[in-house]
Order: sequence, then C-alpha cells, then structure tokens
Amino acid sequence: MSTTDAVVDTRRGVDPYKIGRGGYGGGGRATGHGEGGPASKSVIVGYGFWLFLLSDIVLFSCLFAAHAVQRNATAGGPTGPELFDPSSIALETTALLLSSFTCGMAAVATGVRNQLWTQIFLLITGLFGAAFLVLEARDFTAMIERGASPQVSGYWSSFFAVVGCHGLHVTAGLLWLGTMIAQIYVKGFRPNILRRILCFNLFWHVLDIIWVALFTIVYLIGEGR
Amino acid sequence: MRLLGKLTWAAIPWNQPIPLIAGAAVIVVILMVLAWVIVRGHLPYLWREWITSVDHKRIGVMYTLLGLAMLLRGFIDAIMMRSQQALAFRAPGYLPPEHFDQVFSAHGTIMIFFAAMPLMIGLMNFAVPLQLGVRDVAFPTLNSTSFWLTATGALLVNISLVIGEFARTGWLPYPPLSETTYLPGVGVDYYIWSLQISGVGTLLTGINFVTTILKIRAPGMSYLRMPMFCWTALAANLLIIAAFPVLTATLAMLALDRYLGFHFFTNSGGGNMMMFINLIWAWGHPEVYILVLPAFGIFSEVISTFSGKPLFGYRSMVAATLFICLVSFMVWLHHFFTMGAGGDVNAVFGIATSIIAVGTGVKIYNWMFTMYGGRIRYATPMLWAVGFMVTFIIGGMTGVLLAVPPADFQLHNSLFLVAHFHNVIIGGVLFGAFAGITYWFPKAFGFKLHEGWGKAAFWFAIVGFYVTFVPLYVAGILGMTRRLQHYDVAEWRPWVLAAGVGIIVLFVSMVCQIIQLVVSIRHRDALRDETGDPWNGRSLEWATASPPPAFNFAVLPNVQGGEPYWHVKQHAVAAGQLAAEPDYQPIEMPRNSPTGFITAFFTTITGFSLIWHIWWMVGLGIAAAYGVFVWFAWRDIAEYEIPVEEVARLDRERRRARQEWLDAHAREIA
Amino acid sequence: MGRWIIISCVAFALGGCSGGIFDARGPVGAADAKILLDAVGIMLVIVVPTIVGTIFFAWWFRASNARAHYRPDFVYSGRIEIIVWAIPLLVILFLGGVIWIGSHMLDPFQPISSPNKPIRVQVVSLDWKWLFIYPDQGIASVNEIVAPVGTPVHFFLTSASVMNAFFVPQLGSMIATMNGMVTQLYLQADQPGDYLGESAQFSGDGFAGMHFTLRAVPQAGFVQWIATAQQTGPELDKAAYETLQEQSQGVRPSTYRAVAPNLFDAIVKRQIPPSAASQVAATGPGARPVGGH
Repeated sequence: MSTTDAVVDTRRGVDPYKIGRGGYGGGGRATGHGEGGPASKSVIVGYGFWLFLLSDIVLFSCLFAAHAVQRNATAGGPTGPELFDPSSIALETTALLLSSFTCGMAAVATGVRNQLWTQIFLLITGLFGAAFLVLEARDFTAMIERGASPQVSGYWSSFFAVVGCHGLHVTAGLLWLGTMIAQIYVKGFRPNILRRILCFNLFWHVLDIIWVALFTIVYLIGEGR
Repeated sequence: MRLLGKLTWAAIPWNQPIPLIAGAAVIVVILMVLAWVIVRGHLPYLWREWITSVDHKRIGVMYTLLGLAMLLRGFIDAIMMRSQQALAFRAPGYLPPEHFDQVFSAHGTIMIFFAAMPLMIGLMNFAVPLQLGVRDVAFPTLNSTSFWLTATGALLVNISLVIGEFARTGWLPYPPLSETTYLPGVGVDYYIWSLQISGVGTLLTGINFVTTILKIRAPGMSYLRMPMFCWTALAANLLIIAAFPVLTATLAMLALDRYLGFHFFTNSGGGNMMMFINLIWAWGHPEVYILVLPAFGIFSEVISTFSGKPLFGYRSMVAATLFICLVSFMVWLHHFFTMGAGGDVNAVFGIATSIIAVGTGVKIYNWMFTMYGGRIRYATPMLWAVGFMVTFIIGGMTGVLLAVPPADFQLHNSLFLVAHFHNVIIGGVLFGAFAGITYWFPKAFGFKLHEGWGKAAFWFAIVGFYVTFVPLYVAGILGMTRRLQHYDVAEWRPWVLAAGVGIIVLFVSMVCQIIQLVVSIRHRDALRDETGDPWNGRSLEWATASPPPAFNFAVLPNVQGGEPYWHVKQHAVAAGQLAAEPDYQPIEMPRNSPTGFITAFFTTITGFSLIWHIWWMVGLGIAAAYGVFVWFAWRDIAEYEIPVEEVARLDRERRRARQEWLDAHAREIA
Repeated sequence: MGRWIIISCVAFALGGCSGGIFDARGPVGAADAKILLDAVGIMLVIVVPTIVGTIFFAWWFRASNARAHYRPDFVYSGRIEIIVWAIPLLVILFLGGVIWIGSHMLDPFQPISSPNKPIRVQVVSLDWKWLFIYPDQGIASVNEIVAPVGTPVHFFLTSASVMNAFFVPQLGSMIATMNGMVTQLYLQADQPGDYLGESAQFSGDGFAGMHFTLRAVPQAGFVQWIATAQQTGPELDKAAYETLQEQSQGVRPSTYRAVAPNLFDAIVKRQIPPSAASQVAATGPGARPVGGH
C-alpha cells in the first residue's frame, strides 16, 4: 500500500464522520497549520521555546502565589517596605529595561546580518544585565545585614525565593548570552544560530516582563500596604 | 567541611537484612548483565543504537522498559506492604515502622513517577509520530535527554535503598513532617532531587509533544483527522506543561526549607503547611489525568481496531478530552476536604469534581457504541480494554462518592480511598499500558506477543485486582486508615488477609507477563509480523513495516480524511494492487547524540551530592552538565542523509510484503 | 460482577460486622453515612446499566456471533450524543444538590442542635498520642475521651507537632489538626459504648499506635469519671506537658488532675513551641528500630 495516494476517493462520503469537509476541519494550507504538513524548523523551535517560557511563567506564578499567601507572615520581624531601597530598585528596573532595548537592537542587527553591531549590542545587553545583578546582590546583602534574611520569616523566605529565582534566570541568561556571543563570532549567522538568537531574545524579554510583574507586586504593592 | 558531606559508611544499612540483601542481589545482577553485555561485544551496538539514539521509537522502547522494571520494584514494595499488614494484627510484623514507612513511600513514588509515567510517555513516544505520519518528534535530542533524566530519577530512588534511606512521609511529603525538624535524614532529600531531576525531563517531554502534535503532522492531517491517541496525548502533554512547573516550584520551596532554613512550610517563623498542600495538589490532580488520558487514547485505538469500526462519536470524544483537560485544574481541593475550608469551598470543589465525571462518562459510552455493531476480535489488547471499561466505571463511581464532602469526611485517607485510586490507576493506566504494549509490540519488534500467556496474564490481573482491592474498600468502610504498620481491630483482619491473598494472584499475573515475554522471544519466528499490519489496523503506524525503518515513512503520507490508512487499504484491496511506487528522495534524519546520556550522568552526580551535602561535587556536576550542553550546541553537523537507494530498498521490501499479502488475500476470497 | 461484590460487601459491613462508618452511633456519623449511601444509590442507577450494557455489547458483538449485525458505518448518532451527555449531567446536578446541602449541614464546624449544652474538649495531637483537655472541668486525659451520651461534644483541635487528623469512625467526620491553628468539630454519641478513635493523617514512625478510645457513658458515669480524675493523677503543668511532648509510642490512657491555665491557648499561639528537633528521636540509617506496639 503506497503512502502517496494517487487513487484516493475524494468524494464527500469518504469522511466517515459526514459532518462536512473543509471549513473548520481543513484549517489552512500553510505548513504548520491544519492540513499544510510539518512546519519549518524556525517555527518549530520558536513554538517549542514559547511553550517552555509559558511553563516558566507557571513556575514564577507559584512563587508569586507563595509570596501573596505569606505577605503578612513576618513572624514579628522586619517587613519589606521598611527595608526596600526604592532608588536601587529603580536603577535595577532601568538597567533591565535598557538591556531589553539593546537586545532588540541586537535582533535588528542580526536581521541585517551585521556581525559587529550584533556583538556590540549583545555585549551592552550583557553589561546591563550584569549591572542589574550587581545592584540586586548589593540590595540582598544590605537587607540581610539589617536582619531580613530568608531564615527570619515566611515573608522573607518567599521574597528571596521569587526575586532570587528571577535573578537566577538572569544569571543563566548571561551565561547563555556569553555562549551566544562566542557562537555568533565563530560560526556566523547560520540557520541554527539564528534560531538560537531568536530564542535568546524571547527569553530575555520575558525575563523583563516577569521583572515588571515582580516589582509591581512585590515592591510597589508591598510598599503600599 | 567534610570531603564527603554527610556520607559515611553508616549510610549502608548493615543492620537491616532486607534492604541489604535486596540491594546486594540487585547489584550482583546488574554487574552480571553488564559483564555479559561487554564480554559478548554488545556494548558498541547498545551505545550506537540505543543509548545515544534520538529516534522516538527507540526512546519509546527504553521508557517502556524502564517503566516495566520500576513496576516490578514497586510491586515488590506492594507485596511487602500487604504481607506486613497481613502479619501485623496485634503483632509487630517483620517490617519495623521506619522501614515500613519507607516501603509505602517508595511504592507510591516509584509507581507514579517511574512506572506509570514512563509507561505512558514511552507509548506516546513510540506511537504518536507514526500516527501523525511524520519522521520524529520536534526535538529529538531533547527527547533523549528527557528519557535519561527520568532514568536518573529512578536511579537515585533505587540508590536510596542501599545508601541512606528513602522518605518516610508517604508519596507526597506533607510538611511539617517532611521538614528537617522531624525528618532530618537524607530520605526526603532523595525524594526531592530525584523528582526535581525527572520532573525536568517530563516537562521537556511535554514541550516536545505539544509542539510535535500541533506543528508536525503529515500533509492533509487537520486536527479533526488526528487519531484519538494523538488527541489524548496532546491533552496530557498540555497538562504536563501547565502542571509540572508547580511541582518543581513546590519541591524547590521544600528544599529551601530543608537546606537553607527557609520558612515556607515550617511550624514556626510564618510557615504555612496548608500552602504546601494546596500547591502540591494543584500539581497532583492534573498529574493523575496526565496518567490516564493517554490510557484513554490507547483504548480508543484498541477498541476501534478490534471492533472493526471507526471510533464512535469522534468529535465528542475530542470535546470530552479537552473538557477533562481543562476541568482537571479546578478540582484539587477534593484531596483535602478534611482540612477545614468550610462548607462553601468544599461544596464548590465537590461539585466541580463530579462535573469532571461527565466527560469520562461520555467516553465510556462512546467506547460502548464503538463496540456496538462491531465484529469484536478478542486478542489480548481487547481483553484489557473491556476489563478496563468495567473496572474504571467502578473506580470512577467511588471517586465521585469521595467527591461528596460529608462522605469524604468519613473516608478520607482510609483504605477506601486507597482502593479507589488503585481502582482507577490499575484499571485505567496499568491496563492501558498492557493493552498498548501488546498492541504496539509487533510494530516495535516485528513479532507479536504470545496470545495464550497474554490472556492468562489478563485474567489473573483482573481477578487479582478485585480480590486485593474489594476487601480494602470494605476495610475502609470499617474505619481502617491507611499506612498502618500494625493494627489491633479484629473486624479488619479478615479483609486485610483477603487482600494478602489477592496480591498473590496479582503476582501470578506478573509471572505470566514475564513468561509471555520470554516465550514470545523464543518463538518469534512463528509469531512474526510479516506485513506490518498484524491487527488489521486503521491508523498510519500500520502502514509502515514492522519494525519501521529509522525514517518511518519513505514519503510522508498525503492524508485525505480521518483513518487515512484504512481508506488507502480498502482501495488497495479493491484494486488488488498497491498504488504506484512513489518518487523516492534521500532523507535527512537527526544524528544520534550522547548529550542526553552524559548530561544525565552528571545530573546523577549533582543529585547525589546535593542529597549528601557534598558541595564541591555539586558545583562540579553542574559545571560539567553545562559544559556538555555547550559542547553539544557547538556541533556543526546535526543531521545525516539516508541515500535514496537505501530508502528505495527498504520501502520496496515493505511493498513486496504488502503485495504478497494482497495476492494471498485475493486468492482466499476467490 | 464488580457491582455485586461491592453491594454484598456493603451489606456485610452494614449487617454483620460492628464498627465502621455504617455502624454509626451518633447523629453526625448517621448523617454522613446516609449521604454516602444516597450518593451510591444515585450513581448505581447509571453505573449498573452501563456495566451491564458494556458486558452485553462485548459479548453479543463478538466476531463469532453470526446473529449480530455488523454496522461499520454506525459512528455517529445525535440522539445517543444527547443522552450520553445529558444523563450524567442530570445525575451530577442532582448530586450537586446533595453536595451543596451536605457540605454545609455536616461541616465539622457546624454545631449539633441539642437541648443539652455541649461539653468542650480541647484536643492536642502529639507524637504519637492524643491529649484531651477538659477546660471547664479542669482535667486532662491522654488517649481516652469520656463523654456523656446524648450530649454534643465541641472539640477544639490543634497539633503540637506535625499534621494529624482526629477521627472516630462510628461518630462521624474527621478534621485535620495543625500547629498554630485551631479547627473545630462537633460529635455526639447517642448510645453508650467504647468507640475506636484514630489519626487519619500519617504522622511518622509511631503513627500506627496513635489511636484512642471515646467512651460514651451515661451522664452519671461522666460526672463520676470527672470527679475521680480531679482527685487522682499528676498535674499537667508546663514541665509535665513538655515531658509529654517528647516522642513516645504505645502510651496507656491516663488522666491529669489539673491543667495549667490556658495551656491550649499557649500551645496554639506557640508560646509553648511545637516539638523541636531536640525532642525528635534520631532515626535514620544505622539507627535501631523503635519498639513496636
């Protein structure tokens, strides 16, 4: 039995479910949609990476939920608003937002296959990311010295977990960025490198979105209470 | 800081004969098998064809083998539990509490994470790309990594038998019992890390399969032309993506509590044990649907094939599947009605839980009406299917019963609950696994499993199931709670003993399964599947040879309707010949890669050293795993080409076998 | 087949054996059991025909049955669709009503209406025994509750270590006990007797020994027991309580003639902390097994 059907019956009656052909069941003819056959590699990789990012967002949601549940669980110890440093947080936010911008610029440079500017913008992205981490580490150290370590209460445990998890993701992102810089330099803009650059961009921007949610929920709303 | 953290010679259970002897026996067997493999020169073959394989068919087989091996280990734990309870009426039995507690914790953990999950994932791996008419999944190397990470988790749990101890909390480590205050040993840490590691593997599988099912299908295969198994696989993998991060986050929080003194779930410092219970069940309930939905899909395939009819009510099956997928996220509180949430909350979740039964009920009726008007052939897979239907209906009923909070107030955590979930998991997932394995075995290996031993295994299994678990339903009604190392209520005794008899019947079933495998391999030539379509199948996997070549299909099929293979077959039979030979092209396939295996190796080291607080080794393991990843990312050639002559040769062999069958079939009819 | 097994076992449990949730001896237990049986009955209406239908179709449409009509085109029927969606839905709606009403009526925190004033008992789950404090009578008891027949008992429950669940199968609902929190439960025994009590939430190595007895006695017997307890036995002061907190198994029932004031509150508010690591017996690889029951 051949798998290419030269003699398949295409009359209406062939579909046993008899609820009509085409229309909704027939989705579309483009690859990766409905009847179009397998999608291209960049679509597949991008799609899969988006699914991974969604799962990561679920992970962060759990940590956010834990912090919401434990927002008053200070066990008689210090509270968040007492110890947050708004100017530092503002600087961190600026650094991260700027890094997203430069990451976008790197994507533009990639679009025109400009090695030099891609590398420059990626490097600046990395520097902004590193600045974010340094500021955050400084914040954490200061808070711990002033008696707000995660071992003190559930509030601080959940705070350090959610903000720390974001910081860990940024760190992993920087490691990835370093690897990407090296790979682009050595291998140029091959198709698989381009796919990875796309994934890195998605990752970096989503981290930024998580930070916005984070500083809104943890810092701003916490401050208001 | 000590060089080996908490690890000392005292970690080996010198004074506990059972784990000591069991562990020693297993180590000896493993060493003997390894020695045989190496001496006979099989290692290069194994490395090249299996360990580094990124082929979904090979990975599927390995997952299934892992699942079966762990099923055996978990079943031995079950035998120990039943025998301990049978002996321990006003007596200590032979398992002291701290050992018994590990046995039931290991039983649940292994059965769910390392038997049921790998069995379902293995069958999905094997069959889904074939059913979709494509060559492989979206991310083959990631697939291999997923498998080896799961194997790492299984390895760590089994290592805990001989080095250290396992968790003594039950299969879900409720705090504060699981905190270091009450369980400072390494048991809970073994649990945490083996599940975190295998959880990553499972999440990657989820991403892989959702991408494959939604983005990689044969031309012409719109959503409503996909086989039912692919729909249930899609639903299960969507659940994996949505639910497993919750498990990761929750276990990470418990790990932070245990390792760094955080206060997520502790008794003091603002910890909240109820938060753990909510989070873990927010994962836990979708998890059981992750397990059972693929089984539902397997039964849809089996019942339709062996009834000789298309599946009844395909669209409502799809709707019911997606309905179950969605609602499974809305019912988690029914696992802890007795935690005191109040009438309103309990009632809402109770009602949501019963609503989910509507979806399952629709499926049962659709299977019934698939049988209606069919010509049912009772090969082993169909026996499992009918056995499943009857058993699962009862299990579902007891589930809806437990969904009524006032009833649950009496039955929560009793043996009635234990009987209920074994009813649905054994009747659903395990029977589904056996049906799927028997159904797709000839496709994977080129010969069928022996029918007689398969049927014997089925009958012993279903009788053994009822003899074991109906007494447990009764014991639960009589007030017996679960996880008792000993008891002294005389009324419970006859039922506990009856359950002990039942486990012996189940043991016989297991022996039949093993014999079936051995006999089938011995007589494989007599059981050979010549054409690749041993069951008169309806979906695309039966269009390939048995076993299929690496590329599955020489030319991707052009799908014109539901059940594409069935219609192609009818035309060929009517015409008495195959359609014209296709235009063969060389085929690019992904190269094998040791990435998965090596990453898992370093992950095992990382996990083990996290458990024993060997911090320098943790750093080394993580750095090495990252290094492997970068090394893999650096390769220039990701694919290899199968030359057109090879493609043509393999496909012509397949066509020749099919044409022979057509000719023989025509002679028969004439 | 399975259905008959379940029904006969239920009948067995109901009729022959004593104990268990169908041998209810109080209003809460009786109501819980009744709802359970009602729900079973409602569902059997669907389950029985479905199982019978499944087995019948499986048998009748076997390939060797020449009398069965082969209908390979029968893959859709609007009528059947409506029925298979509607009937379970209707049953669930009905069951939903049972669930809504039952969940509120029988919520553990819901008082039992009775002309008698409830007796208050404060419950503390420890490793691995139960402490019962009678705050109005000023005594305490370990592993035994004595209560007058026909009078509601209002339980206030907490835990001084890990999570447990207080459960007397013949009297009704169970409720979790958790450190730092107070749950409540109302139970009433309508007949005298010794009722099994247990923990329904696994709490560690000594869990199997964590049962107690609820003795329901006539009012006079209750008064006498209180009087005896007030005159014999040690005092449950802070020191005695801390000794009690240490892990032990197989503890025999005993009473205390006096209780430190506001002991229960102190436990709930963690003024007396839950058992700490120092009080936990060191078990693990290489440790000797703790003695059994």
